[in-house]
Amino acid sequence: MLNDAAVLLAMLAVTGLTVVLLILAPWWALLLLVLLLAAWLLLTRTGRQTWSVTEVGLATIPQRLGSASVVLIGIAGVVGVLVALLAMAVGFEATLKETGSDDTVIVLRSGSQTELNSVLSHETAQLVAQEPQVLRDARAQPIAGPELVVVASLPRKSTGLDANVELRGVGAQAWALHPNVKITAGRRFAPGLRELIAGKAARQQFRGLEPGANLKLNGQQWTVVGAFESGDAHDSEIWGDADVVGSTYRRGSSTTTVVARLTDPSAREALAASLASDPRLQVDVKTTRAYYSAQSERLTRLLKVLGTVVGAIMAVGATFGALNSMYAAVAARAREIATLRAIGFRGVPVVISVLLETMLLALLGGVIGAAVAWLLFDNYTASTLGANFSQVVFNFKVSPALLWSGLKWALAIGFIGGLFPAVRAARIAVTAGLREL
Amino acid sequence: MSTLVEIRNLSKVYTRGTERLEVLHHVNLDIERGDFLALMGPSGSGKTTLLNLIGGLDSPTDGSIAVDGKRIDALGEGALARWRAAHVGFVFQFYNLLPMLSARKNVELPLLLTHLSAAARKRNAAVALELVGLKDRAAHKPAELSGGQQQRVAIARAIVSDPTLLVCDEPTGDLDRQSASEILTLLQQLNSEHGKTVIVVTHDPKAAEYARHTLHLDKGTLVEGGGAPAGAVASA
Amino acid sequence: MKYLHLVWAALLRRRTRTVFTLLSVLAAFLLFGLLDSVHSAFTVGSRDVAGVDRLVTVSKVSFILSLPKSLYERIQAVPGVRAVSYANWFGGIYQDPKNFFPNEAVAPNFLSLYPEWVLPQAERQAFRDTRTGAVVGASLARQFGWKVGDKIPLQATIFPQKDGSNTWTFDLVGIYHASDPKLVSAENLFFFNWDYFDEARQFGNGNIGWYITQVADPREADRVAQKIDDLSFDSDHETKTQSEQAFNVAFVSQFADIGLIVGAIMGAVFFTLILLTGNTMAQAVRERIPELAVLKTIGFSNASVLSLVLAEAVALLLSGAVLGLLLAGVVVAAVRLKMGTALPLDPVGRDIWLQGLALAVVVGLIVGALPALRGMRLRIVDALSGR
Repeated sequence: MLNDAAVLLAMLAVTGLTVVLLILAPWWALLLLVLLLAAWLLLTRTGRQTWSVTEVGLATIPQRLGSASVVLIGIAGVVGVLVALLAMAVGFEATLKETGSDDTVIVLRSGSQTELNSVLSHETAQLVAQEPQVLRDARAQPIAGPELVVVASLPRKSTGLDANVELRGVGAQAWALHPNVKITAGRRFAPGLRELIAGKAARQQFRGLEPGANLKLNGQQWTVVGAFESGDAHDSEIWGDADVVGSTYRRGSSTTTVVARLTDPSAREALAASLASDPRLQVDVKTTRAYYSAQSERLTRLLKVLGTVVGAIMAVGATFGALNSMYAAVAARAREIATLRAIGFRGVPVVISVLLETMLLALLGGVIGAAVAWLLFDNYTASTLGANFSQVVFNFKVSPALLWSGLKWALAIGFIGGLFPAVRAARIAVTAGLREL
Repeated sequence: MSTLVEIRNLSKVYTRGTERLEVLHHVNLDIERGDFLALMGPSGSGKTTLLNLIGGLDSPTDGSIAVDGKRIDALGEGALARWRAAHVGFVFQFYNLLPMLSARKNVELPLLLTHLSAAARKRNAAVALELVGLKDRAAHKPAELSGGQQQRVAIARAIVSDPTLLVCDEPTGDLDRQSASEILTLLQQLNSEHGKTVIVVTHDPKAAEYARHTLHLDKGTLVEGGGAPAGAVASA
Repeated sequence: MKYLHLVWAALLRRRTRTVFTLLSVLAAFLLFGLLDSVHSAFTVGSRDVAGVDRLVTVSKVSFILSLPKSLYERIQAVPGVRAVSYANWFGGIYQDPKNFFPNEAVAPNFLSLYPEWVLPQAERQAFRDTRTGAVVGASLARQFGWKVGDKIPLQATIFPQKDGSNTWTFDLVGIYHASDPKLVSAENLFFFNWDYFDEARQFGNGNIGWYITQVADPREADRVAQKIDDLSFDSDHETKTQSEQAFNVAFVSQFADIGLIVGAIMGAVFFTLILLTGNTMAQAVRERIPELAVLKTIGFSNASVLSLVLAEAVALLLSGAVLGLLLAGVVVAAVRLKMGTALPLDPVGRDIWLQGLALAVVVGLIVGALPALRGMRLRIVDALSGR
C-alpha cells in the first residue's frame, strides 16, 4: 500500500514539475531538450531499447485507430478552440495598439475615460496648440487640432440592424497628425462642407458608405466623397470637418479632444505639467499609444480569460480521454509488454516508450488543431463594440507565439495522459501479463 | 418414458465465403424425457453444433427438431429467444458468469425474463443455489469463487427457471479431477432425483460414465458406438 | 426497472474507465452550463418576457444626441400611449472604472413603467421625495454592500457639476429586485432623480437622453412608434422609436454574435465528446460480447440487448451531465457573488438544465447506437466460440 501511495505521489510531483517547466521554458530550451532526447534514443543502449519498444507501439496504432484518434482529435479540439479564442484577444489588442504612437498626444477632459465622454472648449484647443512642446510644421503652424468624436447610427450590412459608427470631426492639421491615413478612392472632404470620407473597415461593416453615397444626419444631407485606409482602428471610422460635424450635432464650438504632435516623445510630461498649472484647464494628457492601449485592455483581458478558461476545461476533458485511451492501449498490449519484460527489457524503456507514444500523438493533435485554427481564423475579420460605443473592426491574429502556446498545452496533456498509464505498464507483473497467453 | 426431443434428417451447413462446410449430415435421433445423454466425438465432429441446435441457439439448414412437441426449427429469432427462456438451461465450459454480478444475481438472470416479483426471484435463486450446495456463497462474485464453485453457480442459473432441458457443453473441460466429478455427480443428481433431462457434450470418457446413454458423432453423423440407446437410430 | 442493476453493473465493470469518461462528460457539460449562462445574460433584454409594451425613443442620428423636453407632452398626446417617461445616461463611476454599472437620471414616474421590478411603496415615495435619492438593483447593492441610508458618490465622466467638480453624491433610498428570476440580470441598474441631475449639471440642461413610452395595447406598438417619430419628422431632432426588445437586440448584436461564438465552441466540444464516449462505449461493448451472448442464450430478446447497451450509454451521459451542470451552477453562483456586474452571468436555471439533459440523452443515443446494434446483431454461436 505504501509503495502504491509513494509511486502515485512521485508521479504527481513529476507531472507538476513538467507542466511548470513547459509553461515557463522558452522555445529554445524545449528544442534543446528534444535534441537531447533524440540523442539519447539513438546513442545509448537503453535509449535504443526504448525506441524499439516505441516503434512497436506506434505500429499497433492502425489496429486501435479509434482510441488513438480520441487522443488526437481531443487534443486538436482543445488547441483549436484555445488558439481561436486567444487570437481574438491578440488581434483586438494589436489593432488598437497600432493606432497610437509615442510622439502624439491626446488631450481629454480630466476624468473622461474615453473620447466620447470628454468635452473641451475651443479655447482649450487653442491653448494646447500654443504650448512650446507642440511641434511646428514648415509654416510654423502647430501640428495640433481639435477632434470632435461623435457616434452615428447606421444599418449594418450583416444584420441589417442599426449599429453605431464613430464619426470623427477633424481639423486642418489632421493629415499631419495621422500620417497613416491614405485616401484610396475619391478625395478628401472639403472644409466647411457636409462631406465625409469613410475608413476601409467602416465601409465593410456598414451600408451606404461608398464614395458617392448620400447620408442624412440630423435632417441634413451629407455626401461621402472618398474612402481612406490607415491600417489601424481609424479604419472603423468616418471623418468629416470638425466645425460642420459640430454644428450638425449642435455642439457649438466645443470639441471632445485635442490631438497634438510633440517635439519629442519625452516632452509629454512637460506638456502635461504646463497644462496642469493652468487653473482654467482640467485635462488629462496621454500619448495616443497609451490611450488606445488602455481602451483595449478591458475587452482583451476578458477575451483572454474566456479563452483560457474554456481551453482549460476542455483540456481536462481531453486529458481524461487520453488517460482512458492509453490505459486501454496498455491493457491491450499487456501480453506484449510482459513478454518484453520476460525477455529482459527493463521498466524504464517501457515507461518512456508509452510516454513518448502518447506525446507524439498529442503533438500531432496539437499541430492539427493549430493548423485548423490558423487556416480558419487567421485574419478573420470581426467587429465589436469599442470604448467609444461604436463598432471597432479587428482581425483575428493567430500569431506564432499563440501557436507555440497551443503546442505546449498539447504536450502537457499528452504528458499527463501518458505518464500514469506508462507507469502502470511498467508495473504489470511479468507473470500476470504472461498468464494472458 | 416419452420422447422429449425428436430429430429428423437434421443437417447444418456453414458457408464461410465461398467455402461450404457440412457439419451435420442427416442426423436422426430421439431423446427420451428424463434421459442423461452424453454426446461424444473428436474435435470437428459436430457435437457442439448438434447441442446448439437442440438448445435453440442456432437453426438447422435442413431437417426438423421437435422438443416436447414443438417444432423449434421453424421459429424465428425472437420466438426462439422466448422458447429458450422457458425451456432450456445452458451450462458452458468456461462458466460464462457475468463477472460484476454476485452469484445470486447471476442465478436470478433468467428470472428477469419472467413476471416474478423481486422477492420471488430472490427466493427461487436461493433454492437453486441450495440445490447445488452454494447457499453460503450467494453474495460472492465469480472472481471470489473456485472453478468448480463457478460451474455450480452456472448450473444453478441453468435450472432456476425449471427448464425442460439441461444442455451442457464440456461442463468439466476446465476443471480438475475432483471438481469435475463433483459437477458430474450434481448433474446425475439433478437427473435421477429431480427428473431433469440432461444432454452433455464431452470428450472425456470418464464423464460419459456418469450418463445413462452415450452417443458418438464423427464427421457430422452418429456412429455405432458403446451404449447406443434403444431409441437412437443411426443414420445411413 | 429490474434491468437497472444490469446497466449499473456494466458501468462498474471497469471503474477507472467509467470514471474517466464520466469526468470528460462532466467537463463538456460544465462548459455548456457556463457558456449558456453567458449567452443568456447577454440576450436577457431581447427575450419575450421583458418590455413587450414599452417603446424606446432616441435621436435618429445617434444615441448621444439629446432630445428636447418639449416632446414629453407631445408624445403623451399620441393616441394609444398610456404613459411616458424619460431618462438620461449618466455614465458615472463608483470608485474604479472596473466597477462598471449602468447609472441613469430618470423622471419621477420612470420606475412605474417597469412593473417587473419590485420596490416597496415606502421606498418609491422616498425616491420621489428625496432630491438626491437613488434606487439600485438588489444584485448591485449586494455586490458593493450598500444598504438603504448609505451615501454613494459617483465620479462623472461626462457631466461635471456646475462648480466643475466631478463628484455627485446620492442617498440610497430604495433597492428593487426582479420579480421574474429570468430578469435577474437587470438588477444591476442605478437610478437617481432627473431634476437633481438637470439642476446641478453644467451643460445640456433641459435635454433628454431618451423617452420610454408604455403603450396601452402591445399589438398597436408599431403604429404608435410611427406616430411618435412623425412628431419630429424633418426637424433638427429626428427620432427613432422601436420596441424596447428590438432596441436591446440591436444593442447586443453590436457586441458580437455571441450566440455564434458560443455555438461554435460548444459544437467543437460536443464533437470531441461524442468521439470520446463513442470510443469508450465501443470498447466496452466489444469486451462484453461474450456476456451479451450469454444473456441472449438465456433468452433475452434482441430488443432487450439493444436497450441495455443504449441505457448504459445514456446513463453515463446523464450522470456526467448532471454533475457538470451542478458544478456550473456552483461556479456561476460564485462568480456572480464575487464579480457581480463586471461579468454578466445568468444563473444556471431551469432552461439550461432542460437543454443540457436533453442533449445528454441525444448524445447518449448517438454514441450508443452502433455498439448497441452490434450487440443486438451478434450471432450467439459465433460470439460464444470467440469468433
